[in-house]
Amino acid sequence: MSQDIWVVVETLRGEVMEISYTSLAAGRVLADGLGARLVAVLLGHNAEPLANTLGAADSVLYVDHASLADFTPDAFRRTIAGLAKDSTPRAILFGHTSMGMDVAGGVSLDINAPLVGSCQRVRIEDGQPWYTSPTCGGKILAEGQIPDPACVLTIVPGGYKPEAGRMPGPKEVVRTAPSAALDGLRVSLKQYVEPQTADVNIAKEAMLVAIGRGIQQPDNIALVQALAQELGAVVCGSRPVVDQGWLPLSRLVGKSGVSVKPKCYVALGISGAPEHVEGIGGAELILAVNTDPRAPIFNVAHYGTLLSMFDLVPALTEKIRQARQP
Amino acid sequence: MHIVVPIKLAPDLVEELEIDASGAALDRTFLRLIINEFDDHAIEQALLLKERGGGQVTLLTPDLEGAEDVLYTAAAKGADRLIKLTGDYSAGVSCHALARALSKAIRDLHPDLVLTGVQAHDDLDGAVGPLLADYLGMPYLGYVAGLTVGDGKCTARKEYPGGLIAEMEVDLPAVLGIQAAEKPPRYVVTSLITQAMKSATIEEIEAGEFDSSGTAPVMRMSRLEAATHAEMIEGSVDQVADKLVAVLRERGLLASQG
Amino acid sequence: MPIRETFWNIPHWAELAQYALMVLTLFIFTYGVFRRIRRWRLGRPERRTDRMGARLVSLVVHALGQLRTAQDAYAGIMHLAIFWGMVALLLGTALATVDWDVTRLFFGFQFLTGGVYVLYELILDLLGLLLLVGLAMALVRRYLLRPPRLWGAPGRNLAWDDAYVLVMLALIALSGYLVEGLRIAVVQPEWARWSPVGRIVAGWFVALGDPTNRTLHIALWSSHALIAFTFIASVPYTKLFHLIAAPANIFFRSMQPGGALAAAPQVGEPGVREWRDFTWKEILDFEACVRCGRCQDVCPAYASGLTLSPRNLIIKLDAHVWARGNGRALAGEVITADELWACTTCRACTQACPVFVDHLASIVDLRRSLLAQQKADARLMDTLGTVRRYGNSFGKSDRQRALWTQGLEPRIKDIRREPAHTLWFVGDYASYSPTLTEVTRATARVFRQAGMDFGLLYEAERNVGNDVRRVGEEGLYELLAMKNKAALDKCDYAQIVTTDPHTYNALKNEYGLTRPVYHYTEVLERLIASGQLSPTNRLAHVVTYHDPCYLGRYNGVYDAPRRVLEAMGCRVVEMPRNRECGLCCGAGGGRIWMQEAPGARERPAESRVREAAALPGVGTLVVTCPKDLVMFQDALKTAGLEGRMVVKDLIELVDEAMGGGTAH
Repeated sequence: MSQDIWVVVETLRGEVMEISYTSLAAGRVLADGLGARLVAVLLGHNAEPLANTLGAADSVLYVDHASLADFTPDAFRRTIAGLAKDSTPRAILFGHTSMGMDVAGGVSLDINAPLVGSCQRVRIEDGQPWYTSPTCGGKILAEGQIPDPACVLTIVPGGYKPEAGRMPGPKEVVRTAPSAALDGLRVSLKQYVEPQTADVNIAKEAMLVAIGRGIQQPDNIALVQALAQELGAVVCGSRPVVDQGWLPLSRLVGKSGVSVKPKCYVALGISGAPEHVEGIGGAELILAVNTDPRAPIFNVAHYGTLLSMFDLVPALTEKIRQARQP
Repeated sequence: MHIVVPIKLAPDLVEELEIDASGAALDRTFLRLIINEFDDHAIEQALLLKERGGGQVTLLTPDLEGAEDVLYTAAAKGADRLIKLTGDYSAGVSCHALARALSKAIRDLHPDLVLTGVQAHDDLDGAVGPLLADYLGMPYLGYVAGLTVGDGKCTARKEYPGGLIAEMEVDLPAVLGIQAAEKPPRYVVTSLITQAMKSATIEEIEAGEFDSSGTAPVMRMSRLEAATHAEMIEGSVDQVADKLVAVLRERGLLASQG
Repeated sequence: MPIRETFWNIPHWAELAQYALMVLTLFIFTYGVFRRIRRWRLGRPERRTDRMGARLVSLVVHALGQLRTAQDAYAGIMHLAIFWGMVALLLGTALATVDWDVTRLFFGFQFLTGGVYVLYELILDLLGLLLLVGLAMALVRRYLLRPPRLWGAPGRNLAWDDAYVLVMLALIALSGYLVEGLRIAVVQPEWARWSPVGRIVAGWFVALGDPTNRTLHIALWSSHALIAFTFIASVPYTKLFHLIAAPANIFFRSMQPGGALAAAPQVGEPGVREWRDFTWKEILDFEACVRCGRCQDVCPAYASGLTLSPRNLIIKLDAHVWARGNGRALAGEVITADELWACTTCRACTQACPVFVDHLASIVDLRRSLLAQQKADARLMDTLGTVRRYGNSFGKSDRQRALWTQGLEPRIKDIRREPAHTLWFVGDYASYSPTLTEVTRATARVFRQAGMDFGLLYEAERNVGNDVRRVGEEGLYELLAMKNKAALDKCDYAQIVTTDPHTYNALKNEYGLTRPVYHYTEVLERLIASGQLSPTNRLAHVVTYHDPCYLGRYNGVYDAPRRVLEAMGCRVVEMPRNRECGLCCGAGGGRIWMQEAPGARERPAESRVREAAALPGVGTLVVTCPKDLVMFQDALKTAGLEGRMVVKDLIELVDEAMGGGTAH
């Protein structure tokens, strides 16, 4: 029985997803603390070059098969479960994402291991591995020992910087074929659909002004637009605003949207729910405007104010305009 | 076409959350429960499918405070069958335990499609959907925002980061984890709910003993006291705006005009 | 001796033909009226037989006296002239008939003789002239001055209908004078000078000579008879039907205070889906409308450029009912959702209407149907969901309702546990809105200083449901009312006071409570009058006061706030649109819960603050409704008037005058 710590790497159309680096950083903590090997599990087809950034792992287990060219839950679950039954790792880390969540549950049942969800940080306490998972919209923290002999965890961003898990490599690649049969798959990929006219790529913008539920109605966006103009910023938003159709999907920041790394992020009327906050971890300066003193956004922001954005934004716009006069 | 929608009731985050005396669980005395937002979307998606292609929609919910409200509201919107899952919920129920209990009840309903929210904000051991699918022996696909149903298969739009969508084909019967319905959950006027209360019946199915194996125990629960907190700027609108401008200028973020 | 020879120069057959025509006319007339009444009865039943005495008084004052018509001086004079002129001529003809064909024929005497007769002739001649003056005024106004409210009505034949009335009346009057003139020209009676107009007309024809004039006389007499009978027969088929429909509508109007809404029927689909779902009274409303357009002139939604025109709404509904639906969907097609949701329920329209059309009843009925079909603003439906779950429109826990009381020493009485004289029903906005916390605390301070024994329901209070009702969520209103009444029932109090006019309206007029409900200004007025409350430092502010719709138009409370202001030392300068004519701030009817409508030119709140700012020397706009405070504070910003004017709730001034609290 191996004591390896596995991290299942997520890739999408030829790129490794950032969550995998976060998971590697978390896995590293566990591996170092337990004296175990960190193994990155990479599934794909002709995708070995993707292992080049997985140097944080001690070894890359690469499974190649035509049915694994793109992610589908059935194929991935069977492959990973098959590998895990053979190698019995100590822990398997998945991303708490569209891919990871489709598979983690099934794998944990297949290997009869408990499942710890939404894990943000891990640590070793008295030689025992512990997990910390935020819950209830980020307001509550749950902690416990990571059960043995095996455990499956899903990792949420925010606990570790992706940079900590991204390293050139790999040190070693073990290539293998899937042990489980990959016929009779019940889920298949038909096609990808691109997001509509990605007018701006907000992931590359240096200045962003974000709006949340607090904007109340689309007419108020003009107010925010004026501020964005003065700052040379682009307007983006959280889920509720995009769901209503007030901003296109390409402007969504957060879990299902884009992760941004601007120099400055002005959050207006955004509560700071985890799904949104995980998208702005890379921001250098976060300014938060929200009338609720208990809004979680204030835990990630650098500066905050309880003023109503409808009062503040026009005044701020004007002062910035004046400040920019040569 | 029979669609089953199992829903979960989660703590309403509008209320204050307290930790109980054991220090490892939420204090349930002051908790108010609200339908899991994603399950609300699942109900809406089920109703949209029924409106488009006919069929029957069955709701299943744990027998907790607020369950009947949820069921009658769904009935007023068009759900056909309402079922409460009775059992001892006093210690809280994990996703594994709930999924096991649901699978027993749902198996007998012979659904073509099971729609449930992709997750709930109080999940600690994964999500109900994938586990339920496994217990039912059905395929699972999550983060679905829109689907169409055909003969023995359905085509679902799966959301990836950055707004990318993957159209996946899934063999039925299947369990789908709904991220968002094609339209936001509809509003139904109170008088229709009142009418539903008079005309609809709620069935009960016994959950039996809840089996929580597969759940990692929580040893400590705490309210998040953030390690960091934003520096709060006080004062009038002008004072706050001035300070913000100063911060921006300090960081060289104010491009000069022209 | 002066006497009336009624059928002078008229051959006997013509006399008989006239009576035959009269019978025919009556048939056509009666059938037409019957047809209309039958159509009203196709609507749902509604009981309007309460308070008969008041209804009769109303009839005299408004149908005969036409008090509301006279609010517009020009139109008032014009219409009263036409009305009384025509009534006089009609009575005159009736008297002549009785005199000739009843008393003379059956009883052998005439009463239109001698002095009576000449007086009769004089009065009729002059009143006929009055009729012509009125008609001239009408023609000038409608076709030369062309005020917008008389033009642009939806419907092809309406302009012809309008013209028909004026033309027919004019023809009757003119042909009548010509007949009289021709008779006088031939007969030349000595008492001709008692018919001054007739004498002048006679002067035009004298030159033509006898046989010509006689021939002309018969021709014109026949024409006059035909026109008159056509006129009468056409009453139920034209705009003239308002002669019957308007008094009927006035008689059967709602006598409920504050225009309280009728409860929705318990079964079936909510609201009005098709025209038959309207009550008979609503159908009568549509018919009584005379398309005067005053409602459109005062509607804040219309003024701000939205698609709602109360006038067009009623006209379209009337046409729709006439066409028996004709397959079109009522709410959504005939009347668009935009129109229906634009209404702020301010009741300026129903206040202005001379025939007492109740636009609101139908708007709410249609809204009920729209909401049941989810054809409403997304934000509105979200808010309703929030109210249903949390009992308030702010989405905050009901446990936080009384957070504003934190720190107040001594703690305000909990009226659920101990009795108090006054139950202060605070309301959502005053409780939850961060902008208003200080105002609510100031209110508590003032109540204390005035020595009031008051208590709160604390967390047991729920949104009162006034606006919930007016957006058409009747079921939610009933739920809220049930909860509030259950809480109230358990308490021991003598009166209820509230600072929110919307809350005031529902509690007072729609909850059916046994104990009196007051707005805080009414209570303060009494306390000031009795000496319990007197200012320690008199304020010298020059202020203007905005009458909230639900306090003013709905409940007639205009003086109390003004007296309180004056008692505090303020000088109150009136805005042009004051009291019943006050302009709504635009928040009512659930609009504060909706997204801003596209296409709005100048929002009502902005128009109002500009009106206030135009008053020289006035620096404070005083309000007595928390939504007014929120709307006007916002409007001052968007209108760029922040330096010019401040908005304050009246209680803040009282607080200031009592030397209490923190200055803003």
